Amino acid sequence: MSVLAKKLLGIGVGVAVVAALIALYVATWATSAPPTVSAVGGQVVTGGAGAQLTLQTVAAIGPKYSTHPDWVSYLVLEKGKWVHSTVYKVPANSLVHVTILQYDGDSGLRNPFLSAVQGTTNGTETVDGKPIRGIDPEEASHTFVVPQLGIFIPLPGVPEEAKNQCEFAPCMLAQAHRTITFTIRTGKKGRYRWQCFVPCAAGWIDGFGGPMQTLGYMDGFLEVT
Amino acid sequence: MAVEPHPAAGERNHAHRFIAIWIVASLIATPLVVLLIGPIMPPGNGSTQASGHVTDNTVLIGMATPVLLLVLIYLIYAIVYFRAPKGGEAILEGPAVRGNSGVQSTWIVITSILVLALAVYGTVRLLEDGAGSGQGPSPAWPASGKKLPVQVIAQEWAFTYRYPTFGGVETDHLVLPVNQTAELHVTSLDVIHSFWAYQLGVKADANPNVDNVVFVKPTRTQTFEVRCAELCGIWHGFMSDHGRVVQPAVFEAWAREQQKRFAGTAKYLPPYSTKYVPEPARRAE
Repeated sequence: MSVLAKKLLGIGVGVAVVAALIALYVATWATSAPPTVSAVGGQVVTGGAGAQLTLQTVAAIGPKYSTHPDWVSYLVLEKGKWVHSTVYKVPANSLVHVTILQYDGDSGLRNPFLSAVQGTTNGTETVDGKPIRGIDPEEASHTFVVPQLGIFIPLPGVPEEAKNQCEFAPCMLAQAHRTITFTIRTGKKGRYRWQCFVPCAAGWIDGFGGPMQTLGYMDGFLEVT
Repeated sequence: MAVEPHPAAGERNHAHRFIAIWIVASLIATPLVVLLIGPIMPPGNGSTQASGHVTDNTVLIGMATPVLLLVLIYLIYAIVYFRAPKGGEAILEGPAVRGNSGVQSTWIVITSILVLALAVYGTVRLLEDGAGSGQGPSPAWPASGKKLPVQVIAQEWAFTYRYPTFGGVETDHLVLPVNQTAELHVTSLDVIHSFWAYQLGVKADANPNVDNVVFVKPTRTQTFEVRCAELCGIWHGFMSDHGRVVQPAVFEAWAREQQKRFAGTAKYLPPYSTKYVPEPARRAE
């Protein structure tokens, strides 16, 4: 084999290796998604029972769950353990009781309209046991909104002066938090995205970068099956 | 070695024959295309502006039909008449055509007429009513008559709507009365979006701190699709919604009901403005 042929072969192999690595990176990035976590009791119900979905919101996900430890995020309770996921499976045509343990402070909504509760079975949510139809938008820490289903749930923040605040996940019940509960009735099967509307991504322009633009932190899917 | 020219190449009436075929085909096909395909051109007749788009698309397809036929007929004609005869000699190209002022002039004149005619037509259409596009904060072609002002607010990743003549109530769905011109004020709270109500023939950029005015007059009751037409982040593809065009009485009742429904939130809304610079712009580190 001539010197020129060897050089060409070397270049060809090098280009092929680099191309394969790029393709692998892109494919891994494009297909990566958080695990799907089912709501407990995920069966179609007609009466007062229903599935239970328990979530927590944290100011920082921490090193245990993510390579972005300082990113704000949601977690979901699965078999007694907190799992870092924002893809939740819930039964179709059913009641779903959602409990959100909210450990983050307030940021405020850029659009106050989103502070109204919508889409729950009785038009309210409870915050620390008290039913309300909306919150002061300046006290909003996050929202759980499924636009396609008309579900708007504002989550008030933990007061700044509260003691024993949680720094990063997983947060414990003994730490300062707000408990938000609400019930929704799911309809037909489908995949519906949900998101937070509070500009809660610390340090990003408009608060909408990083965890707000990455599946698995402040947005995800409700898989109605 | 000299090659005998193709028997067909020597016939002198090819150009006349081809032009005759093209003219006849165009005279037949163009009206058929305009009459049969024109009415089903997008985006339909959901509004005065959308109907205008249908007309525009019909004009374009009507003008494109003879051009398409010119190419197709020439291709077919060449295949039929200038193909190599089975078992015969190969056909050689004739001498290159250079400096044929007749061909060049005809080509330049015809294409110039087509392009200029479309430019004039487009300008006239735009001058009529803005053609459903955003006209900025000071519309050059405002719609006449009574108008219903509605604000379209884009944010990552949803549209909401305010009705200043109904106490500035904000809703998460766009509802419009039929046969009444709506004056849409399109703006954004964060990044650049684009409000696209497809069936209404409306598309306007939603820019932060900008009031982009667009007019639309729905002409029938319907459900229409709203989409963001500007790549705006991870959930851009999901930034969609459905709006409704309803009878005026139904709209009035709906708007009043929205005022009651969102009375609790109204106290938190900023006074109606054509644009907003909301806080917080950035969360602390």
